[in-house]
Amino acid sequence: MACVIEKINEIIAPENLVYAKSPLTNDDIMHYCPGCSHGVVQRLIAEVIEEMGIQEQSIGVTPVGCSVFAYKYIDIDWQEAAHGRAPAVATAIKRLMPEKMVFSYQGDGDLAAIGTAETLHAVNRGENIVMLFINNAIYGMTGGQMAPTTLVGQVTSTTPFGRNVDINGYPLKITDLIAQLPGAAYVTRQSVHTAAAVRRAKKAIRKAFEIQRLNCGTAFVEIVATCSSGWKLSPVESNKWMEENMFPHYPLGDLKDSKRADSGLYRIKSK
Amino acid sequence: MAKVSGAVVVDIEKCKGCSLCVEACPTLTLMLNRSVNNRGYHFCYMQIPENCNGCANCSAVCPDSCISVYRLRIVH
Ligand SMILES: Cc1ncc(C[n+]2csc(CCOP(=O)(O)OP(=O)(O)O)c2C)c(N)n1
Ligand code: SF4
Ligand code: SF4
Repeated sequence: MACVIEKINEIIAPENLVYAKSPLTNDDIMHYCPGCSHGVVQRLIAEVIEEMGIQEQSIGVTPVGCSVFAYKYIDIDWQEAAHGRAPAVATAIKRLMPEKMVFSYQGDGDLAAIGTAETLHAVNRGENIVMLFINNAIYGMTGGQMAPTTLVGQVTSTTPFGRNVDINGYPLKITDLIAQLPGAAYVTRQSVHTAAAVRRAKKAIRKAFEIQRLNCGTAFVEIVATCSSGWKLSPVESNKWMEENMFPHYPLGDLKDSKRADSGLYRIKSK
Repeated sequence: MAKVSGAVVVDIEKCKGCSLCVEACPTLTLMLNRSVNNRGYHFCYMQIPENCNGCANCSAVCPDSCISVYRLRIVH
């Protein structure tokens, strides 16, 4: 045993460090429930901003929902928006300060219910912002009510017998709608449930920020996420439930990757 | 032949015992501790430290940024 401890102490040296949280991730203990996807995504945003060296330029817009306090966790500038209005606030910030890197961060209740108008019109105008969309198919913050994205048959506190299409309509694939809009330069759907998925999601977030540099339209990243408290499952069970039930309806991968966006020729906005 | 060996350091007070790292670890290194931190969570720890290869899968899935990973390359 003593020999094992000695060995561990030898390994734990600064020159052997392969991963530590980004210095942009504040030391505050996050208020999220254990296992919540919001924490993983916010860690990735901090890493991307650090790696791109854009800490001073970045402005995030937080929603209403569990991620309302995201501004406490990443050491950049933030603006809180009213429920659903993050894309409108991000539009104003980016238009007034085009040199800034502006992103909105929203849950599905915020982005796809009360904020549907702001979401669709911001993308349709091709606002040069990054929009991050955390789809956990439920209203997490308010106690697990049905969201527009809730799956058919999914039990929530307002659909105790499961979502019934005759009464509640169909789960809204808002990311698929967004991909149809000419203002969208890059639209992708990712998840953060395994290490490989986390690495892909980070690449997608990085790409979205790079696209903002090209000034060629909206970059939209959906993360299919878990809400173990709302779903009433453990975090590990939630990941399994998400794979089995969410992924068939919300398949992962790029929905749109405008080639012209890469060349920067798609639409150059005058400053 | 190069043998890679790793270790993780867990920020015990930040850990909420969600168990996602235990599930993500390919070498069955991690486990939740029987004792709890000051906030009452069973924090994760290296139950079998010899197993760790420093792959950083655990830190990738951690929602609370509690895990730092170290990797040593032993050349024989
Ligand atoms: C104008 C207004 N209407 C309703 C609410 C109540 N409310 C707070 S958060 C929320 C939904 C949050 O769900 P989601 O966006 O999916 O985020 P999550 O908490 O799941 O991350 C609602 C309806 C509010 N705060 N303001
Ligand atoms: S209620 Fe759901 S979305 Fe909100 S912090 Fe808890 S797990 Fe995350
Ligand atoms: S670094 Fe890899 S092998 Fe080591 S504890 Fe983490 S997941 Fe397991």
